[in-house]
Amino acid sequence: MEIQAPGQVQATRGVRTYLRSHMRDYGLLFALIAIIAFFQFMTDGTLMRPVNITNLFLQNSYIIIMALGMLIVIVAGHIDLSVGSVMGFVGAFAAVAIVNWHLPVVLTVLASLMMGALIGAAQGYWVAYWKIPSFIVTLAGMLVFRGMSLWLLQGQSVGPFPQIFQRLSTGFVPDIFSEGLSKSLAAMAGSFNFNVLTMVVGLLVAALGIWMGLRARARNRAYGIEGEPAAFFWGRNLVVLGAFLFLMFKLATFRGLPNVLVTMGVLIVIYAFVTENTVIGRRIYALGGNTKAAKLSGIKTERLTFLSFVNMGVLAALAGLIFAARLNTATPKAGYGLELDVIAAVFIGGASMAGGSGKIMGAVVGAFIMGVMNNGMSIMGIGIDYQQVIKGLVLLAAVIFDVYNKQKQG
Amino acid sequence: MTPILEMRGITKTFPGVKALDEVSFQVQPGEIHALVGENGAGKSTLMKVLSGVYPHGSFEGEILYEGQPVEFAGIHDSERRGIIIIHQELALVPLLSIAENIFLGNECASRGVLNWRETFSRTEKLLKKVGLSEAPGTLVDKIGVGKQQLVEIAKALSKDVKLLILDEPTAALQENDSRKLLDLMLELKAQGVTSIIISHKLNEVRQVADTVTVIRDGRTITTRDAKAGLSEAEIVRHMVGRDMSHRYPIRERRAGDLLMEVDGWNVWHPDHAGRQVIRDISFNVREGEVVGIAGLMGSGRTELAMSIFGRSWGRNISGGVRLRGKPLDVGAVDRAIAAGLAYVTEDRKALGLILDESVKFNTSLARLEAVASRGVLDDLRDIEVAERYRNALGTRTPSVSQKVGNLSGGNQQKVVLAKWLFTEPEVLMLDEPTRGIDVGAKYEIYSIINDLSAQGKGVVMISSEMPELLGMCDRIYVMSEGAIVGELPIAEASQERIMSLIVTE
Ligand SMILES: Nc1ncnc2c1ncn2[C@@H]1O[C@H](COP(=O)(O)OP(=O)(O)OP(=O)(O)O)[C@@H](O)[C@H]1O
Ligand SMILES: [Mg+2]
Repeated sequence: MEIQAPGQVQATRGVRTYLRSHMRDYGLLFALIAIIAFFQFMTDGTLMRPVNITNLFLQNSYIIIMALGMLIVIVAGHIDLSVGSVMGFVGAFAAVAIVNWHLPVVLTVLASLMMGALIGAAQGYWVAYWKIPSFIVTLAGMLVFRGMSLWLLQGQSVGPFPQIFQRLSTGFVPDIFSEGLSKSLAAMAGSFNFNVLTMVVGLLVAALGIWMGLRARARNRAYGIEGEPAAFFWGRNLVVLGAFLFLMFKLATFRGLPNVLVTMGVLIVIYAFVTENTVIGRRIYALGGNTKAAKLSGIKTERLTFLSFVNMGVLAALAGLIFAARLNTATPKAGYGLELDVIAAVFIGGASMAGGSGKIMGAVVGAFIMGVMNNGMSIMGIGIDYQQVIKGLVLLAAVIFDVYNKQKQG
Repeated sequence: MTPILEMRGITKTFPGVKALDEVSFQVQPGEIHALVGENGAGKSTLMKVLSGVYPHGSFEGEILYEGQPVEFAGIHDSERRGIIIIHQELALVPLLSIAENIFLGNECASRGVLNWRETFSRTEKLLKKVGLSEAPGTLVDKIGVGKQQLVEIAKALSKDVKLLILDEPTAALQENDSRKLLDLMLELKAQGVTSIIISHKLNEVRQVADTVTVIRDGRTITTRDAKAGLSEAEIVRHMVGRDMSHRYPIRERRAGDLLMEVDGWNVWHPDHAGRQVIRDISFNVREGEVVGIAGLMGSGRTELAMSIFGRSWGRNISGGVRLRGKPLDVGAVDRAIAAGLAYVTEDRKALGLILDESVKFNTSLARLEAVASRGVLDDLRDIEVAERYRNALGTRTPSVSQKVGNLSGGNQQKVVLAKWLFTEPEVLMLDEPTRGIDVGAKYEIYSIINDLSAQGKGVVMISSEMPELLGMCDRIYVMSEGAIVGELPIAEASQERIMSLIVTE
């Protein structure tokens, strides 16, 4: 078959048009960098101290993990208000199972994830098959599971957990390289410790990123598809990977890779891949974009909606476990109001309320923006009152920017 | 006489597309001016520039209206001057009543309180004027596209209209409804209203237009006096840039074995439990055959096709479908597709396309397995497929990654068609497949239908354009009120016979 090179038509589109149509992606990234730089300056460098970076990841891991599921739910055209409560409930369940019932940790973790799936299924069932608005179903779920965690914990905090469970959150990946190497690098970096594994993993990931990017570009060029202009490609990689390596270096000079960071990183990669490169991912976008048309194209829209809620439930459960492990106790207040942070992260990340659009990386960056602001404002000693106002305004600004952008593109 | 409207040197660009290139356009007061051209030529864009949908400053060139230069910042400004546009894609609010829609933004109210009695009585008058007998309180989504079009016109009449712009008003209309609409236009003309009409139905253009302007590739080709014996063939030649001697490609008629049979098909309305929409219908399609289904709007043709296609319409469906003698499971859309059925919807915006996604995304949507391996999409294969169909159908788009919502109406239709051709069906059911498509592209689509039938596939064609059915089909079923009232081999079919079958029922 003959394929006419579309490059000819596209050649007229310059760097400017490219930038304009990708304003959102770059804008978000630069916003994050600007926010980091701002707080780095305002906190006299406390923000980027290794211990604080480690904390940032620990504090935000559960938001990010839930944002992955929330993005899918929102792309599918729904919303899940219950995730905070579900997260708290599953944490409570795990605490009761381990501390009161003395169940083995591994079994508890599996049972908790199953519990999350069941909760997601219970809510998704009504949304998908009975067409009850998700706002209402999950609002009910929010109340129900908040009440159930209170009941389960009898209003008390339950803890502490055995160490193996805590490691889920506060553990670090052990260094596999020799101590001698670590010592000499620590001396060079002028730090007390140097985790070689962290740096090696960082470098490998960065190299892999560049290699995959180059391969995709080469393939595109072979087919005459005009992608990102070269200057943008290198500029973006320089900034993103530079920042990434910088973070890894900082982590290495502290205690290395937190376990949650690994979990989170793996999940982000998987979800980004599934949403952008698989059949099921594309179907979810179609479902959110136009349910009727998707259905007439043979997509099982009900099942897909149902599954997106099941997935959300599992991720909320995982977040609940990580949260409980970090605090080393389950409290009746755990997860209170967190659904709002998660939803805000997804919308800051560029998803649309109407469904059908939004990206995993957007949601992740959105979550980091929220996280860095929380953390930075806390370090600066800004009161919780102002923090809320500022976060609210940032969310509004991000969405206005989106709408404005869309209008300009026509 | 000074023209009521003069557009000079209008240039409008979108990212990657120059939609209008130095277009000049003049309309005389009191005339009906037809604007014709191929899909994507820039007709709708020109009218959007005129009515302020694209505000002053977003294009180059100048507009003189009633002799003065005008700079509309939005559609409100143009409406205030009496320019009313009815868009190609209808813009009614589905869950509001007809009356509410007509007076939307222009409510009969005193100090913010609606005057329902006046709203309803004025609506009734307007509806009578456009020939609708619906109650003013009927919800818009309960009436078909054809009637919605008439409601749009009633809405325009409710304002003080001097220049009425109709973008493909008859695309979705039945012939007698179209005639009503065209008569209405002539009546308005007698009352001094100037109209611009965009249409791909050139016979209608010839019926009503005083002047015809042809645009091609964003440029004005010619403006001609239509009353001085301008033939359709001549218009076509200006539109496509070459002579087109035939409207229908030559078909070799050779029907083979029975391909699909539908037996005793019954369907009830999904919302009104007691209403039977399809009554005991049986029909068949042979290999290599193009079978037409004629009928009036609301006769149940779409409902028949959709209920067969994975029960996507109606409830309490009963009856059997067989393919080459074997019973088919068409209980869900994915199974119907797997069994070799495809259905091209008449409502591309609501049921056919994901407008916010690209041409590529939409083309492969109904058969993603073919552009994926083990569930992982292969982007290059995806692009290859989209390019193949873009070329085969001559879809005009700067690239296959263009948002479908940004394509012209006719080109959107081609994307819907591409999506279903790509599923490589055994039986293709087409519901108004050439709605909004220009003459040249129609020919291409007919050729594709012929290719399919030459490969032994079956085609079911639902169409309100009788010449199209007569030109393309081997056999025509006539439907009326949910039942088949006649079956005509093409040799015996004629417009009159079809109409008389419908009427006698
Ligand atoms: N918002 C938009 N963004 C990008 N391109 C657009 C947009 N609107 C229109 N175009 C492009 O401008 C060109 C002219 O489109 P237009 O809708 O005016 O065509 P048309 O003559 O009305 O065609 P049709 O008969 O199919 O309705 C097309 O190539 C179309 O793809
Ligand atoms: Mg148009």
